Amino acid sequence: MQFRLEKRREPSRLMTYVTPVAAVVLTMLVGAVIFSAIGYDGVGAVREIFLTPLTNAYKWQDLGVKAAPLIIIGVGLSIAYRANVWNIGAEGQYVIGGLAGTGIALLTYGMTGWWILPLMVLAGMLGGMAYASIPALLKTRLNVNEILTSLMLTYVSVQLIYYLIRAPWKDPMGMGFPQTRLFSEAARLPTIIPGTIVHLGVPIAVVVGLIAWFIMSRSVFGYRMRVVGAAPHAARYGGFSENKTIWLAMLVSGGLAGLAGVLEVAGPFQRMVPGFPTNYGFTAIIVAFLGRLNPLGVIVAGVVLAITFVGGEVAQTTIGLPNAATGIFQAMMLFFLLAGDILIKYRLRRVVPQAATAGTA
Amino acid sequence: MPYRLQLQGITKRFPGVLANDDVSFAVIPGEIHALLGENGAGKSTLVKMIYGIMQPDAGEILWDGVPVTVANPKAARRLGIGMVFQHFSLFEALTVLENIALGMDARIPGRELEARIRAVMLKYGLLLDPHRTVATLSVGERQRIEIVRALLLDPKLLIMDEPTSVLTPQEVEQLFEVLRKLAAQGCSILYISHKLHEIKALCDTATILRGGRLVDTCDPKAETSRSMAEKMIGAGLKDIVRGEGRVLGVPKLVVSRLRTKKSGHFDVPVDDVSFTVKAGEIFGIAGVAGNGQNALLDALSGEIRSDDKDAITIDGYGIGLLDTTGRRKRGLCAVPEERNGHAAVGDFTLSDNSILTARDRLGMVMLGLINSGAARTYTGKVIADFAVKALGPGSMAGSLSGGNLQKYIMGREILQKPSVLVVSQPTWGVDAGAAAAIHQALVDLAAAGSAIVVISQDLDELRALCDTLAVINMGRLSPARPVAEVTVEEIGLLMGGVHGAEAPDAIPA
Repeated sequence: MQFRLEKRREPSRLMTYVTPVAAVVLTMLVGAVIFSAIGYDGVGAVREIFLTPLTNAYKWQDLGVKAAPLIIIGVGLSIAYRANVWNIGAEGQYVIGGLAGTGIALLTYGMTGWWILPLMVLAGMLGGMAYASIPALLKTRLNVNEILTSLMLTYVSVQLIYYLIRAPWKDPMGMGFPQTRLFSEAARLPTIIPGTIVHLGVPIAVVVGLIAWFIMSRSVFGYRMRVVGAAPHAARYGGFSENKTIWLAMLVSGGLAGLAGVLEVAGPFQRMVPGFPTNYGFTAIIVAFLGRLNPLGVIVAGVVLAITFVGGEVAQTTIGLPNAATGIFQAMMLFFLLAGDILIKYRLRRVVPQAATAGTA
Repeated sequence: MPYRLQLQGITKRFPGVLANDDVSFAVIPGEIHALLGENGAGKSTLVKMIYGIMQPDAGEILWDGVPVTVANPKAARRLGIGMVFQHFSLFEALTVLENIALGMDARIPGRELEARIRAVMLKYGLLLDPHRTVATLSVGERQRIEIVRALLLDPKLLIMDEPTSVLTPQEVEQLFEVLRKLAAQGCSILYISHKLHEIKALCDTATILRGGRLVDTCDPKAETSRSMAEKMIGAGLKDIVRGEGRVLGVPKLVVSRLRTKKSGHFDVPVDDVSFTVKAGEIFGIAGVAGNGQNALLDALSGEIRSDDKDAITIDGYGIGLLDTTGRRKRGLCAVPEERNGHAAVGDFTLSDNSILTARDRLGMVMLGLINSGAARTYTGKVIADFAVKALGPGSMAGSLSGGNLQKYIMGREILQKPSVLVVSQPTWGVDAGAAAAIHQALVDLAAAGSAIVVISQDLDELRALCDTLAVINMGRLSPARPVAEVTVEEIGLLMGGVHGAEAPDAIPA
């Protein structure tokens, strides 16, 4: 028996929705087998990682808090990736956004006023944009691959945190710990449900997703991103310059990563610490693809990845799974998704080979 | 005589389309057999099944009287079926020999392969230096590589898919000689084309397909081009109708000393091109593919911008510095040669493809938001007016056959009523019925006062359509002449230019 891939006349809409679900299911199955094979309770690991965060109501607030930055960054990346602009450095732009917000918070330390938080948000977004404009400039002027530059700048941004919190921004009362002082009240993101840790960033993430969906599906900007990604030659013919598109894609994805950064530092952290880079920027790449580069899909995918984060922590304590297990599950998900995507444009067909050589003699 | 190839009741179904419906015909040894039909008639699907790229859903393929399943192209080659595709698969930076070696199923030492290549070339009079780099070869010479590649396997059946669409008249004649020699030695040839006079000149039998069904098998020498065309489209063929006593108006599009920079390694730039097109005039630009036509189209459409404002003017207004959007707003629309990926986005719906070029001229955008209703309405009009076979504005552009996509693209630009329209290969790979409709639409647009530039490799098309003709060769344009005053031979020699050894002194100064 032999199978062959045959091109479909039209891409399958059904498969567009089936493959992300199938990827998650396959990840659970294969993950259970792998972890059983290396001596853990594989079925238990899958249950703890994928189901416990959903069945345990106490974990829902964690889901929201983890999903928010993933969604905000994922939405930005989904827009850039639509245009085939491969910003891999959202983690760095997220860090710079967080640092820019921290800068405002420290400058306004001890002050009060409603304007402080909006100013921090603005600074965070501008910081992310500025950081994303370095790869954009290198790409449009010197044709340097943005994948490499944006990725490498991530490591630079982390070093910048270490420098700032050890020297100029170090908490004077911190007993030598490398961290900034706790932000004053006006620079902290309020929680929206009293008694929980759910902060204002959660609804902001949903709103960002909805706005982005509207813009991508209805506006000339969204059309530009889609056409440049689908057929760059046709885009030029349609009057969309490639360089301008690269700039727009980098600025939007960088700006949103910066927004996520500032919300994160003003929300859950409330100070800048060495542990601020938590790989949200990298995980959001999986979120963007799992969400089919569609902002509405990204909202769902952000929650799915948040489940694996929360579940990974659960599994660490309950069945002693190493922290790296979360990463393995997330990577498997991306792997199965990308592999399954071939079924959108192709169908699997059985061919009968036995008569293939008939008549050659 | 036993049949070399026999098809019995071949049926192939795609979702929503019956590509081949109970098709049966046979090819005898040494026969040149034409396969004729409109775009979407099912010729390509049929040939793909013979060559093993696809499998039939029903029916039988008999090879020398024995039923066979052709699982893949490799199996087809083992049976003795060779195919020369319309689009060549050659590496420009490699030599002829290297290209042929790469395409062989069996690994043959270089020296032995070269000897075999030379033997085949000698046998069929295919002149080619095995050590030349492909990039330095003309399209006709490149096609010879593909033919040699197929002949090395000693085929008993050679499939040729629209082989003459890129050749000069002289090159076509040389190709025909090779094919006749092949047939005389017993090789059958399945010849796919829509150029009816070629089929009359070359083929012994013609099988005509329409809508996936076989409508007739006839002797092309006993038919007229017109009668075959009518069988193909299933209706009477319309002639181009021109208004009586047409007078050309004032100069509308003036191009002066237009140049482009050399961009790609093997790309031919436009070199000091000047011409004038009057209102109501159809200006034809002939030439062999790869002589700067693409650069010229890009330079006119605005994809390549000039640094001289007045290198291109419309009604005296310099548009040289504007991009495509700016030029469209000034009334210049363009259709590049490559449909999928350049003139249209295959993964987008037709409606979304209308937004690509018509959004500003037809008010499909308000405050940065797209009015998708307006795009759908306009696309529906294009589909209706140009008889595009598509389910509706929501169909994916990539799901249309080449000819139907071309009708849509031409309709999309023509219905915007541009004051200047520049088109490249308006009917390339399009069947006779659709070509006639496109030609009529161009003539009507010109009659309404637009200036039209047609870049084409099809001389018959240019002579039927244009008022004025010039030839592009190595990026330079010959002086323009009224179409009635030039002969096919003259144009052929100008087209041959550098590549053809026949008349090097005919290169325009």
